[in-house]
Amino acid sequence: MEKILRIKNLYASYTDENWILKNINFEIFKNKITAIMGPSGCGKSTLLRCINRMHEVIPGAKVKGEIYLQDKNIFEMHPIIVRRKIGMVFQRPNPFPTMSIYNNVIAGYILTGVKLKKEEKDRIVEESLKKAFLWDEVKDVLHRKGTFLSGGQQQRLCIARALAMKPEVILLDEPTSALDPKATRMIEELLVELKKDVTIILVTHNQSQAGRISDYTAFLYMGELLEYGETEKIFTVPEHPKTQEYLSGKFG
Amino acid sequence: MKTDKIFKGILWISGLFLFFIFLLIFISLFKGSFLSIKSFGLGFLFSKEWNPVTEKFGMLPFLAGTLITSIIALLISLPFSLSIALFLGEYFKTGFISKFLSYTTDLLAGIPSVIYGFWGLYLLVPLIRKLEIKLHVTPYGVGILTASLVLAVMIIPYASSIAREIIKLVPGDLIEAGYSLGATRYEVVKKIVIPYSASGIFAGLLLSFGRAFGEIMAVTMVIGNFNFLPKSIFSPANTMASVIANEFTEAVKDIHLSSLIHIGLWLFIITFLINFVGNIVIKKFKVNERITG
Ligand SMILES: Nc1ncnc2c1ncn2[C@@H]1O[C@H](COP(=O)(O)OP(=O)(O)OP(=O)(O)O)[C@@H](O)[C@H]1O
Ligand SMILES: [Mg+2]
Repeated sequence: MEKILRIKNLYASYTDENWILKNINFEIFKNKITAIMGPSGCGKSTLLRCINRMHEVIPGAKVKGEIYLQDKNIFEMHPIIVRRKIGMVFQRPNPFPTMSIYNNVIAGYILTGVKLKKEEKDRIVEESLKKAFLWDEVKDVLHRKGTFLSGGQQQRLCIARALAMKPEVILLDEPTSALDPKATRMIEELLVELKKDVTIILVTHNQSQAGRISDYTAFLYMGELLEYGETEKIFTVPEHPKTQEYLSGKFG
Repeated sequence: MKTDKIFKGILWISGLFLFFIFLLIFISLFKGSFLSIKSFGLGFLFSKEWNPVTEKFGMLPFLAGTLITSIIALLISLPFSLSIALFLGEYFKTGFISKFLSYTTDLLAGIPSVIYGFWGLYLLVPLIRKLEIKLHVTPYGVGILTASLVLAVMIIPYASSIAREIIKLVPGDLIEAGYSLGATRYEVVKKIVIPYSASGIFAGLLLSFGRAFGEIMAVTMVIGNFNFLPKSIFSPANTMASVIANEFTEAVKDIHLSSLIHIGLWLFIITFLINFVGNIVIKKFKVNERITG
């Protein structure tokens, strides 16, 4: 199986004193959904944000180690290129309130000043919205602001916005934690469909969600990667006692 | 419970008291200008003659003087205040440079306006005079442009602090979304931060405009105190506030005094409206922010 990302000896911190992530090593498989789980504050978001170099946006934040996308170390690439290849969806839906739905989808191009022809834009918007299961709901209101959309629709708009940049990997940080069960289901189905095109890394607190849709699961505990492997195996025969405790709901 | 009630009562009373003072000011201004209102009516606004000898009074020269100086001042200060606000609100939220800059702008805000006036007289006036000689216009030194420059410097701390507050309200997750799409800091500021805060910044401009409109001391010192419609930005002129400051103590005739108060009435109304609208827009911006962000 092809590996798309290799994370080697990764350390990350917000201040000089202590590493929040300690010596993380694992590999992400292409066209799979990898779930990152672990108790609150264990460093899931931090890990995710290292992968597209968003961690460095925070003043004072530090990283050490290597992350290879295909065979290139992302820390030797320009962060802007990294972020184009590795898209991100946030916990709270955050479409741009000053832009129309249409412009939200192509926001990545607008922001970076890439000029596209009208037909090209139309095509990207339609394709991305279709992939995000949102096209039918918004195709007649594309030029309205996206603020009247429901939370679930807004989150799918954000997924479309990430997809529009044609990334190789998409990072999602608890993308459904602010949504109701129905909207959550829809996004889960959509992610399963999406993995044909992109590799998905998903931080989630929701065990059944990880169980339903992920192929691989990484279990993070106090900044260390305790266990990583096929979701089925981790959920049925976890090796580490902490993983067992976490999965049986002893802490979270 | 009881103290709560008393506290509320005190708040109410002081609120009412303020409103009462406000009304009182309006009424006394109105009474004071009654003679002028009776003689000139609304024509007072549009007449360009101000002549204590013939006892003909109109405030158009001062209205024009005020508008022109304030607008030029605003245009000059805008790029500076916006960049200071962006610098402090988005680029360098912490650290030495940021502290230094915000400390300096606060200091500027605290300088009494007569000092700005001196600065204008001693530094700007000779400079403007040199410029005027070069451009072959009458080298007064004092005038609209000089007053606008002084005003611009005076507005900067005020405008930039409003703009900074507004820019701080831009939700962090929008900015993060921008970065995650591969935008640079400049692109994030230009295409996310500024559009998002546009209405708030506009309101800040309006409030700064109100400031410039009512400024007396510094303007009176450098504008040239000339009671005719300005012909160019180098013309000496007078603003509504400066003509009052200049002539109030010297006005002997009732109608002259009443006309000065009449200008004061209009100044009161206009600045009230500007501040009112500005504050409403800002409040709306803040509420919107809470709902969507
Ligand atoms: N901006 C920051 N500055 C300083 N410390 C931070 C910052 N963000 C997170 N941390 C700290 O880093 C640690 C890991 O945080 P992180 O957000 O990665 O955890 P998480 O696993 O995503 O938690 P959650 O499940 O609550 O989202 C926590 O102890 C947190 O307090
Ligand atoms: Mg998190």
